Amino acid sequence: MTRQREGSPFAGLSTVALKEAADHMNSARIHLVMLLVILTAIGSVYAAIGQIKATIGEDQFLFLRLFTTAQQPLPSFVSFLGFLIPLVAIALGFDAINGEYSRRTLSRVLSQPIYRDALLTGKFLGGLIVIAICLLTLWLLVTGLGILSLGLPPGGEEIARGLAFLFASFVYAGVWLAVAMAFSTLVKSPATSALCALTLWLIFTVFWPMLTPLVAGAVAPVDLLDPMTAVHQIAVEQGLSRISPNVLYGEATLALLNPATRSLGLLFPSQLSGALMGAPLPLSASLGLVWPQIAGMIAALIVLFTIAYVSFQRQEIRA
Amino acid sequence: MSAAGAPVIEASGLTKRYGRFTAVDGIDLAVNKGEVFGLLGPNGSGKTTTILLLLGLTEPSAGTIRVLGLDPLRKPLSVKRRVGYLPDQIGFYDHLSAEENLAYSARLAGLASAEANRRISEALARVRLSDVRGKRVAAFSRGMRQRLGLAEVLAKGSEIAILDEPTSGLDPQSTHELLELIRELAADGVTIVLSSHLLSMMQSLCDRVALFSRGRIGLIGKVADLTADVLGGTHVVEVEADGIDLATALKEAPHIAAVTPLKAGRWRVDADADVRADIARRVVQAGGALSGMTIRQSSLDEVYARFFEGEDHDQAA
Repeated sequence: MTRQREGSPFAGLSTVALKEAADHMNSARIHLVMLLVILTAIGSVYAAIGQIKATIGEDQFLFLRLFTTAQQPLPSFVSFLGFLIPLVAIALGFDAINGEYSRRTLSRVLSQPIYRDALLTGKFLGGLIVIAICLLTLWLLVTGLGILSLGLPPGGEEIARGLAFLFASFVYAGVWLAVAMAFSTLVKSPATSALCALTLWLIFTVFWPMLTPLVAGAVAPVDLLDPMTAVHQIAVEQGLSRISPNVLYGEATLALLNPATRSLGLLFPSQLSGALMGAPLPLSASLGLVWPQIAGMIAALIVLFTIAYVSFQRQEIRA
Repeated sequence: MSAAGAPVIEASGLTKRYGRFTAVDGIDLAVNKGEVFGLLGPNGSGKTTTILLLLGLTEPSAGTIRVLGLDPLRKPLSVKRRVGYLPDQIGFYDHLSAEENLAYSARLAGLASAEANRRISEALARVRLSDVRGKRVAAFSRGMRQRLGLAEVLAKGSEIAILDEPTSGLDPQSTHELLELIRELAADGVTIVLSSHLLSMMQSLCDRVALFSRGRIGLIGKVADLTADVLGGTHVVEVEADGIDLATALKEAPHIAAVTPLKAGRWRVDADADVRADIARRVVQAGGALSGMTIRQSSLDEVYARFFEGEDHDQAA
């Protein structure tokens, strides 16, 4: 028998989302993580500015170099973001649902005229609002620093590429927020769910790049008499490495912030015939290049949110 | 206690299974408008699951429920808009003030801001928390939190208030204050469904009670009727006399359900009326010497103890 539910499943959604966003903005936990992000971002951008002034006389995309230039021992701003965005997202979402259980607020909130859909989605949206505000602030901060230090305003395409990079960062953060929220519904204890999410982050950040060549070597060994087996092994390794959202984000930012990037996979000399090496691709071509990476991250976000959604809908509310 | 009206809660054959464990097993229940209805039973006997079923927070495996004429599964928002719930060990957002917590609930309930503010002020005044309305809930005692929970029920303008173990873990003073508030709520005509282990409280507050055991309702009715059914009488007379066997002396006496020897020269008599005069006359007629007699109403504690005699205190799976 099908059962038609009364009203909208998202009644109360905006109330939950705004309350969650306000809670995050006022929480010491987020203040600390954001302070860390901002300080490292300023440090890396400051170092990049020094490097740019010293080495690059004329560049069509000088502003984009702010995001990608590294000066030892500091990595680039983009590398920092790839490393730290998951931490921010995990800090926002690791206790989204199990925290309600442990505070014993869940049954009281759900006895109000709202569905669970609104609570879970509202919490996710609340986290996304905070992430969007933080990333936008960071992006404006870097752009402002660039204008002040380099004495030049960014060009139109640089802004467009910067905004595309902002969107890719937002989606990447969304994936990690969905990871944290999925653990917060699957695991009863907030401490354990935080640990689970951090473990996954460590695996993808530290161990995945080490594991993928080993697995690819085992799955697709190279036959010295058949050069195509080497190509196959690289394709397997790349496929495996792209399971990691960090890799997808890294590839997306590479193509968006470095317009000269012509491919994110294997490229044969025959494919480069007639190409002007080092010549930048138009933005539309770069967007076409990163679309699979962005779509992959959006798909991961949807799958993870669905896991959290199904798990939450099936839970008994006794707290 | 108020006069009862038409049923506002009706359950028929209500069943809830968790895998192979049956938490609620085919219960039939009707709670009338304006009634204070008590749910009694050991831990794990199905009281809280029944409450969650009434609120639509969990789906029944079988049976039907109507709350205010609505199916909580098909019309959960309408039901939840009109029913207030005070869970066992209520939780609030500690970083928010009392007022902010209630305002959040009011926004979720869809109340307009001005109306919500008015209701929240009134509710906080009624539960005597007006002076701490701006304080963070983290600083609140358990009793204050329970009162704040009741304020939420009041601010919602609930027609039915479902209170699950509202006095659990409270000190005597806080319990007394909360009971007064519940009485006030009942006097306002709000239908109250109350689950508690405090039997004396249940006896003084409830119009009717249901005794749960292993997911079923073993007994349901007015306390006086239950004492008559379970104990055989509504009155307990303790008699001290010498030189007779009281059980023999009262063999033919009317209204007497049971005569139980307590120790030498002392008996307990269960009866459905005040039979002290009759007992005194029969003791004297039998040649005995009456040295003492006390009478009291049978309590819910005795009913509960007798009904659950020999059962596990905790019945959870």
